[in-house]
Amino acid sequence: MIEALQYDFMRHALVAGLLASVICGIMGALVVVNRIVFLSGGIAHAAYGGIGLAFYFGWPYFFGTIGFSLGAAVVMAAVTLKAKHRADTIIGVIWALGMASGVILLDLTPGYNVDLMSYLFGSILTVPASDLWMMLVAAALISGLVAFFYKDLLALSYDEEFARIRGVPVRALYFVMICMLAVTIVMVIQVVGLILVIALLTIPPFIAEKHTRSLFRMMAGSILLGALFTISGLWLSYAFNLTSGASIILVAGTVFLLFLPIEHMIRRSRLRTGGAPSL
Amino acid sequence: MNHSIVEIRNVCFSYNGQEVLQDVNFDVAEGDFIAMIGPNGGGKTTLLRLMLGLLKPDQGSVRVLGMPAQKASHHIGYVPQEVHGNRSFPITALEVVLMGKLGPGKRFSRKSRQDREEAMEALARMDMAVLAGRRIDELSGGQRQRVYIARALVTRPKLLLLDEPTASIDTRGQSDFFKLLKDINKDVTILVVSHDLLVISTYVKSVACVNKRLHYHCQAEITGDMVDMMYPCTAEEICPVELLAHGLPHRVLKDHGE
Repeated sequence: MIEALQYDFMRHALVAGLLASVICGIMGALVVVNRIVFLSGGIAHAAYGGIGLAFYFGWPYFFGTIGFSLGAAVVMAAVTLKAKHRADTIIGVIWALGMASGVILLDLTPGYNVDLMSYLFGSILTVPASDLWMMLVAAALISGLVAFFYKDLLALSYDEEFARIRGVPVRALYFVMICMLAVTIVMVIQVVGLILVIALLTIPPFIAEKHTRSLFRMMAGSILLGALFTISGLWLSYAFNLTSGASIILVAGTVFLLFLPIEHMIRRSRLRTGGAPSL
Repeated sequence: MNHSIVEIRNVCFSYNGQEVLQDVNFDVAEGDFIAMIGPNGGGKTTLLRLMLGLLKPDQGSVRVLGMPAQKASHHIGYVPQEVHGNRSFPITALEVVLMGKLGPGKRFSRKSRQDREEAMEALARMDMAVLAGRRIDELSGGQRQRVYIARALVTRPKLLLLDEPTASIDTRGQSDFFKLLKDINKDVTILVVSHDLLVISTYVKSVACVNKRLHYHCQAEITGDMVDMMYPCTAEEICPVELLAHGLPHRVLKDHGE
């Protein structure tokens, strides 16, 4: 690993992975406790429509995608708030439509042939320094916003009705949260691909959720786990010449599967001893 | 005792064209301890949500402390039946109670230590201080209910609304629970939705029957007539033991005079 770091692209990949872990750790904790994984998947796939639009009209890539995913995210958030019981269906529709229109728009764009595989798995080994700066800014913004609204986000996530009664601007805050999520997803997709975004948003928070006793610690735990997965995944991909994004996901998935029986044993022993303290 | 905390005037409410509440007039007087009974789907929870400003009436007005309900909801302590959603949410009992310290315009106040002390006091009052650091999903249904009451109390409410709080508590626990509420009632007005007719007649001061319309009885007596009217079966079927075998003097309530 150390020798690998003499290469610029490896250093960039490592920093990109760590920044993605921070961003996805924070937002992933919110995604998991609010049970909006499906919505996140919807945004991630619909964002492909933004890529198509950007190429077709010759807009700057980044703004096309951000704009399109923010639009899709706002619609999904509105539906979730208004008609919770139908939200998953509508999200499915937007999910498929966004992706399909992206593919068609790219078909219609002369001279361009964007590789769908690179959208799915990203290209963490070719991250330019400018993207790293953008991710750093996003990480700082997201941490700042979440820290500022922490108590309100906690109340909104745990008991929306009570939060509303206490005067928390639940609707506005929900939109802010979903928009942060959209920015996160677009940002991180560009670097590590769609599949890794979903993996980093769900696997570390899911493991952390069971072993922590506050949302804050769940976020911290998710960041640490995400970082662990990225570092070891990158090392594996370097050592065995494997696709880096997929390696990271496989490491995360393996740890996840290993944790299931361990958790089962912990829970049983906890029942026997009457509640051992978790973190 | 004559000061009204909630004033509901000519309120009608319907979900998707289905009328749930019809021309409801109701005052919650300060210091009262009201039990709200009625069949499922009779509009009890809807009425609570109207008082909390979570719903707007189709007609009529709901005023809390002289203000529109939406603006005054933070004066009401609300204890939901159960917080659904994510069961394995990583949060301790203490943190749930601290949620009650959220309030309009309090973002920049930094009184976390004082908040914490107040939250611990509220938990102690509920006999839950030892379990303050436990994860909420490690507590039993009854213990969770006490945490939610502590969360409501820490808001220093003028009125405490409880939606079927004893649903997950056994019979013995229920009467302990109502003793606790009676104690709280010394300084907080209470409105509790409940089906436990025996407990009601022992502890509460008045009864509101809700079945589309609302009838208020300012003495806590339950009669077969009343039960017949509010529930689609007889008193014997609902509570064969509680009402008939405890030997409480079952005085007869006046008819829903109108």
